[in-house]
Amino acid sequence: MTQDNNTLVDVQNLSKLFPIGQGVFKQAESFVHAVSGVNLKIKRGESVGLVGESGCGKTTTGKLLTRLIDPSEGNIFLDTDEGRVDIAHMRGKEMKIFRRRVQMIFQDPYESMNPRLTIYDTVAEPLNVQGIGTVAEREARVSDLLETVGLTPASSFLFRYPHELSGGQRQRVAIARALVINPDFVVADEPTSMLDVSVRTGVMHLMQDLADRFGVTYLYITHDLAVARYMCDRIAVMYLGKIVEIGNTEDVLQHPKHPYTKALLSAVPVPDPTYTREPILIKGGISRPVDPEPRCRFYDRCPLADKICEGNDHPPLEDQGGGHLAACYHI
Amino acid sequence: MTENVLEVNDLTMHYMTRKGPVFAVDGVTFHVKRGEAIGLVGESGCGKTSIAISLLKLLPNNAKILNGEIKINDVDTVPLSDKEMNKYRWKNISMVFQAAMNSMNPVYSVEEQIAEAMREHMPHLSDQEMSEKIDYLFNLVGLDPALKTQYPHQYSGGMRQRAVIAMALSCDPDIIIADEPTTALDVIVQDAILKRIREIQEELNMAMIYISHDIAVIAEVSQRVGVMYAGKLVEMSSTEDIFHHPIHPYTMALMSSFPSIVGEKTELVTLAGEPPDLLNPPAGCRFHPRCPYATEICREQEPDFKEHAVGHYAACWHPGGAK
Repeated sequence: MTQDNNTLVDVQNLSKLFPIGQGVFKQAESFVHAVSGVNLKIKRGESVGLVGESGCGKTTTGKLLTRLIDPSEGNIFLDTDEGRVDIAHMRGKEMKIFRRRVQMIFQDPYESMNPRLTIYDTVAEPLNVQGIGTVAEREARVSDLLETVGLTPASSFLFRYPHELSGGQRQRVAIARALVINPDFVVADEPTSMLDVSVRTGVMHLMQDLADRFGVTYLYITHDLAVARYMCDRIAVMYLGKIVEIGNTEDVLQHPKHPYTKALLSAVPVPDPTYTREPILIKGGISRPVDPEPRCRFYDRCPLADKICEGNDHPPLEDQGGGHLAACYHI
Repeated sequence: MTENVLEVNDLTMHYMTRKGPVFAVDGVTFHVKRGEAIGLVGESGCGKTSIAISLLKLLPNNAKILNGEIKINDVDTVPLSDKEMNKYRWKNISMVFQAAMNSMNPVYSVEEQIAEAMREHMPHLSDQEMSEKIDYLFNLVGLDPALKTQYPHQYSGGMRQRAVIAMALSCDPDIIIADEPTTALDVIVQDAILKRIREIQEELNMAMIYISHDIAVIAEVSQRVGVMYAGKLVEMSSTEDIFHHPIHPYTMALMSSFPSIVGEKTELVTLAGEPPDLLNPPAGCRFHPRCPYATEICREQEPDFKEHAVGHYAACWHPGGAK
């Protein structure tokens, strides 16, 4: 296997199955294949968008990459100063060190914070847990970071509680908390989808700024393709646990290859009353990948589906030129 | 019959709280013509939903309509008692709520829930006629009539939203208010429902107020658009004008801060600050603390909501950023 020095995260054949109908004395009858055989390489300093409808496995993928849940199969390699480590099989003390490198920003700024901790305690908690710095150093670091995320003056925010802040301000606190220990890799799960338009743009700009300044690498999970266009260098489209297309953002948006990506793109409303969208060709709604048949996951809804798609396994992700990959037999 | 199915004049509605009144809707004036679809757009807490529940008079106990009139087919409904208002709900004005899951009763089948409102307002219908009408409504919103005897939990999110739309249409209302009906849905499902709403609205020539925070959705469903900010209607005009020639600085910022997947990738504008606390709104123009064009007069006097070009209303001292 060739190893690219520039690759920060290398996900190989990652899967997560959730059992259904499992009991204390009962084996699971079937499994939801939430994430199934995902391969993904993220370069250092890059921002990759993971898009798809609800239930496609994007949040599960994010949780696997931060090891909030354990994978059923596969490897997640992270490039560190000590060489390449496999996150997927880490435990104990190793795990704690790993947590310094990878952080997560959650969707809901109202749910992701302890209401009884002040802003200072919230942001300083990762430092306490990791035992980094003296109290004075921590205070300086937290103040500094609050200013960086636009909560100025920091002194007026340090000892307030989450309920005193607006949604936009809380999300800025969440970003500060994720960045306080200088992680290499941040998984951001719909960080702006709960925010209003006029506040959202500010948070989007902030995340980009910080990425440039601290060299943070993002996996940006979102259902909003328009937001992904502004936040990400590359976009990966997920459907029922599989990445069906990945490529540079503008390539994917302007020249989609996979029939699902095409449908998804033509379903996005455009803020221009004079614009007419392409009609959508796919049928039905998204289902749950419960013990899926060994064929293309998109078979039931695909306008191009035929015998080849039915008779063969889910198509592999293949390069269509210029690093634009798609998994379909009919391109 | 008059041309306007709904006229709202100088509507003011406040919520009384222990901390004082919340100025949720303040001096809002607009009208909806027969068969017209208007969009109402704004951020959370700007008073969009407060207008909707005022129109139907589904107000919580602490909400008071302090001023103004709401004329439905020329009848002012503000002074009406709850019982009198019941005659208008569903029949003349009905609503599609945001959370389809919460707006249906889990212990009744979908058919029974739709029939409930019809029995009240159209007592002349026989059971047979009613059943036929429900089949018709199901087809209209794109649901299989065979599913009508099922319960809400057996439906997917998109199907439930369709059922709620069928319910709102059951008594042939003159005007329907749709409050973020597709916000919780995925884009592909949203697209199908938006398409259906547009078709129904044209087919039945029904007036509609579509409320959303998503200007892209508003662009697709409305002929005219009203923009709300902090309890005020700040601009209203044809959809074309609002999107291509906005004159209120808030609308201008809103339009240029919204990302799109088509067209050139333009720089998104960031609006400084946050929407004001409506317990204590700023004096003068409520947008002045965030407005790049604000001057002395904006801080002191509230601008009138007046016509700047034919049919183009705005409340601003410096429309289009003019000095």
